[in-house]
This record gives sequence, structure tokens and C-alpha cells, in this order.
Amino acid sequence: MKEIVIISGKGGTGKTSVTSSFALLAGKNAIIADCDVDAADMHILMQPDYEIKEDFYSGELAVINPETCTQCGICADICRFDAISIINNKHVVEPLSCEGCGYCARVCPVNAIKNIDLKVGQYFISNIKTGTKMVHAKLGIGADNSGKLVANVKNEAKKLALKLNKEFILIDGSPGVGCPVTSSLSGAHFVVLVTEPTLSALHDLKRVYVLVKKFNIKAACIINKWDINTAVSSEIKDFLKKEGILHIADLNYDEAFTKAMIQGKAIVEIEDSEVGKILKESWETIKKNIS
Amino acid sequence: MKIAIASGKGGTGKTTVSTNIASYLAETEKVVLVDLDVEEPNSKLFIKADLYNKEDKFKMIPQWNQNLCTLCGICQEVCNYNSVIQAGNTIMVFSELCHSCYACSELCPTEALPMIPVKMGELTHYKNNNLDFIESRLEIGQELAVPLIAQTIDYVNNLFTDDFIKLYDSPPGTSCPVIEVTKDADFVILVTEPTPFGLNDLKLAIETMQELQKQFGVIINRDGLGDAEVENYCIKNKIPIIAKIPNSKEIAHYYSRGMLIYKQVSEFKEQMEKVKRYIINSMRGVLK
Repeated sequence: MKEIVIISGKGGTGKTSVTSSFALLAGKNAIIADCDVDAADMHILMQPDYEIKEDFYSGELAVINPETCTQCGICADICRFDAISIINNKHVVEPLSCEGCGYCARVCPVNAIKNIDLKVGQYFISNIKTGTKMVHAKLGIGADNSGKLVANVKNEAKKLALKLNKEFILIDGSPGVGCPVTSSLSGAHFVVLVTEPTLSALHDLKRVYVLVKKFNIKAACIINKWDINTAVSSEIKDFLKKEGILHIADLNYDEAFTKAMIQGKAIVEIEDSEVGKILKESWETIKKNIS
Repeated sequence: MKIAIASGKGGTGKTTVSTNIASYLAETEKVVLVDLDVEEPNSKLFIKADLYNKEDKFKMIPQWNQNLCTLCGICQEVCNYNSVIQAGNTIMVFSELCHSCYACSELCPTEALPMIPVKMGELTHYKNNNLDFIESRLEIGQELAVPLIAQTIDYVNNLFTDDFIKLYDSPPGTSCPVIEVTKDADFVILVTEPTPFGLNDLKLAIETMQELQKQFGVIINRDGLGDAEVENYCIKNKIPIIAKIPNSKEIAHYYSRGMLIYKQVSEFKEQMEKVKRYIINSMRGVLK
């Protein structure tokens, strides 16, 4: 069983469109994991049935009991997140600032502070239109710990892949280089970098590749909308060559991507699509390189 | 006046809007543009300005002093982030997971875990006439963006009074880094695109702004690319549409080269003028 992660550094370069195409091409051989839990979009193209829904708890939130609190102020003094303020002469916790470290509860002399478990979101296991299962999630509003929710989505996907004896796990990652991306990369066998020929995307690609190297994972790259700026496309190719990243495809700028999306389809489901054809070849290349 | 430019979905045009509106506003107003997408900052690619100040940003983490440690285990027990682990007779600190709460350090009975600074990123401040531009970038391998965002906002608020227009280019998503950026803002501009993904993620961003009780408006980028659902949704829910930037290969091309678009494309400039008027009117409303 091989884990393939699709990331980009910069957002909006086409990660989800590419992942959904690979999901169609892999069909029943793959479990799909949407690890972009902040802004999950795979469900729009995969027709999930939300067979299993589970709440996900991670982290804590301090709550002060006004009955027992003596307003001594020790909690506010030690809190490094300025999360405890005085409103109407009473100490209260500002939930959006509290990072759930639990320090205040430990030092409160009258045990007036409790930590409650925080529901940070929900995750789902669905049957999808390709005849397999997808694990996906919805992060709660303003929730911390998206990295842990990502790790959870991945774990569930891994369990399913082992149980159902699947060849691949296809993981749609999130933008950036922080905790959700680190969680998606950990344990992966192959990374597909989806980029576009803009200076922003190249800049972000270079940064995220530093992270990929730390994990020592084999990487390949797809340049989406390569014809928007062929000069920057060449710059990207130079970078790929220098770093030994496999360049698997150039995709034309094609508004058919969006048209397919509006119909709830991946681009490979559109007949005679040039980009669809290239993605089919790309999937074959990835399979060859992964084994 | 503090305005956050956010989106939910990545790649919808936050940086395009931030850099263009900042430069355009700076032709007549005092403006500070702050790139708070510290994981992948790229406003600098579009802004030509001179270096004014550069500083390393640190976060505090515990450092184990073997000679003072009695291996009592309290540090590991009080750490809610698994960043202090006792392994045999060693205490290991995983700095990338540490939230700098100080609990382990201050609750250690023998003071064996003093807090020391580690570099988590760099802040750079540039100047160009009316425009101050500040960006912070997270060291790769550091997982937590929030402390760096918080220190960058502190830097800006210490240096600039609220009669400056402060524009915060936010990271994508709806989780903690976005909250950190938007909670300090007077209002929020959400940039989206007219596609099913754009709409789905716009709804998430709107829920977040409602939870934070923030005033917000929407800019539709690449208007004409997909369908009319985003616009219909905004009209139905009485959400102001501040501007509609046309879908254009020309705009995409200037963006790809790191150029400011309003200086090249008049249709684009008209939309920036709308955003400018919206900001100035809101500012009058806020300052009243």
C-alpha cells in the first residue's frame, strides 16, 4: 500500500482538480483522503454519502467557574496568551485566545478552573462515486489543531486501505508549510507537487520542497496552466532538474477544468479533453515510479 | 483602520488584491501593507520598496538542564502539547510543537527547564514613499504560524497609529492562523472566485467571520470564469460585493510576472477604485 500526497505550497494551483482526476483513474484501487480540512472541496466532485460521521475532539479550553473563583488573578498573571480578562469585575476566558495549555487550571488555588475537551470538527467516511471510500473532514469554525484532524483523517484512511487491501491512498493536502502540511507528509511514499508558472507559485514551491526534503520523500511535479507564462515555466523546469524532481506533465490553461467542476466532475470524466489525456498519462507515470 | 484580506480557498487572489490596493491607496493615503501569510509570503514579489528594518523573531522554549533535573516527571505531565517528553533519564524538548505556555518551566520544582529563545522566523520592513510594507516568514520546519503572526501585528501596532490604513494579507483557510489575523481587524475583505470550490470555501469563511462578529464584504475575482452562484449567494444573503475583477488572461500574465496590475489594465484599475472608495467610506464610518 502506497501513500501519495498532492500538495503545492501556494493555494489554488489545482491540487484538488488533479487529485480528483487521479481518484477517478485509480478507481477501486485507492482510498481517498481529503486532508485540506480547512477548506475541503473533494466532496463536491466525489458524491460522498457520509456513511459514518464522527465528532473529533482535540485540545482543551479553560473555563472559570464564577461561583468558586475568588478573583485572585493568578491565572491572568501566568497566562501567556492574554486569554483571561476581567469583565464586570470577574475573570473570564476568551475562547479564541485560549490555547488550552492547562497552566491556569494547575495553579488556581481554589480549583475554580476546569479544562473541557474541545470539539474541533467532524470527520466522515463515505462511499464515493468511484466505488471506493473517502475519508474527509470539516474543521470547526476558528478551531485550532487542524494538524491533528489531518493526522486523524490519514489514520482512518490507512486503516481502511489495510482492511480493504487497497493499493493506494490518495491524499489531497493543504496549502502552506505549517502543521497541516507536515501532518499530510508524515509517512507518505510519494509527493506530487502541483504548481503554476507564476513567481508566487515558484517561490512557494521552493519553500514547500525544503519541507519535502526533510521527510526524504520522492517527488514529482505537474505544471498546471504552463502556457500562461512560458518563461516562468522554464524557470520551474530548471528548478526541478536541479533538485532531481521528476517533471511529469505540463497542463494547458483550460477553462474546461472549471466547466467540469460546475458539473461536479473531474476533468478526466470529460470526453476528448486534452488535459484529461495528459493526466491519464501522468497517473501511469506515477504508478511506474512508485513501485 | 485595520483591514484583513482573507479567502477560505487558496489562490483566489488575496495577494493580487492586497498588493494592488495597497499601492493604489498609497498614491493618496498613508498605507501599511502586512504580509501575514507567514508560511508562504509572496506580496514582496509585487512591491518595489527599500529595506528599512530586518529582525529575527523568536519564540521561547524550555531548555533542559540535566544537572538540576531530578526526573520527577512534572514537566511531561503538565505539557498539553507532547512537546516535553521524558525518555528514560533524558528530557526531550520538541520545539516545533511548543506553544510557549511556560507551564513546564515555571512548575519545575528545581528550575531545570529555563526558557530560552529560538528563532521561528524573520520580519522585514520596507518603505516606499507613502507605503510601508512588512512581511514575516516562518522558518521551514516550524509548525506554528500563530506566534509569528501575533508578534508581527504587535510590531505594526507599536509603530503605526490607527490613522494609517493597515492592510493584512491573510493566509488561506479558516483555522487558527486566519483567526489570529482577522480578530484584530476592523473589517474583512473576502476574495473568492465564481466556482463551486470558491463558493464552498467562501461559505466557510463567512461562517468564520460571523462567529468573530466581523463586518465583511466580498470581491469576486476571475468574474465570468465559472457560474453565477457566488454572486447569487451574496445577493440573497445581503453580503456586499465590493468589486468584480474580470477573468482575463492578460491579468493572469501580469500576475505571473510579479507586476502590479492596476498600472497596466484599466478595467482592473476601475475595480481597485471601487475597493478604495469602499475602504475610505468604511473608514469614515469607523472613525466617526
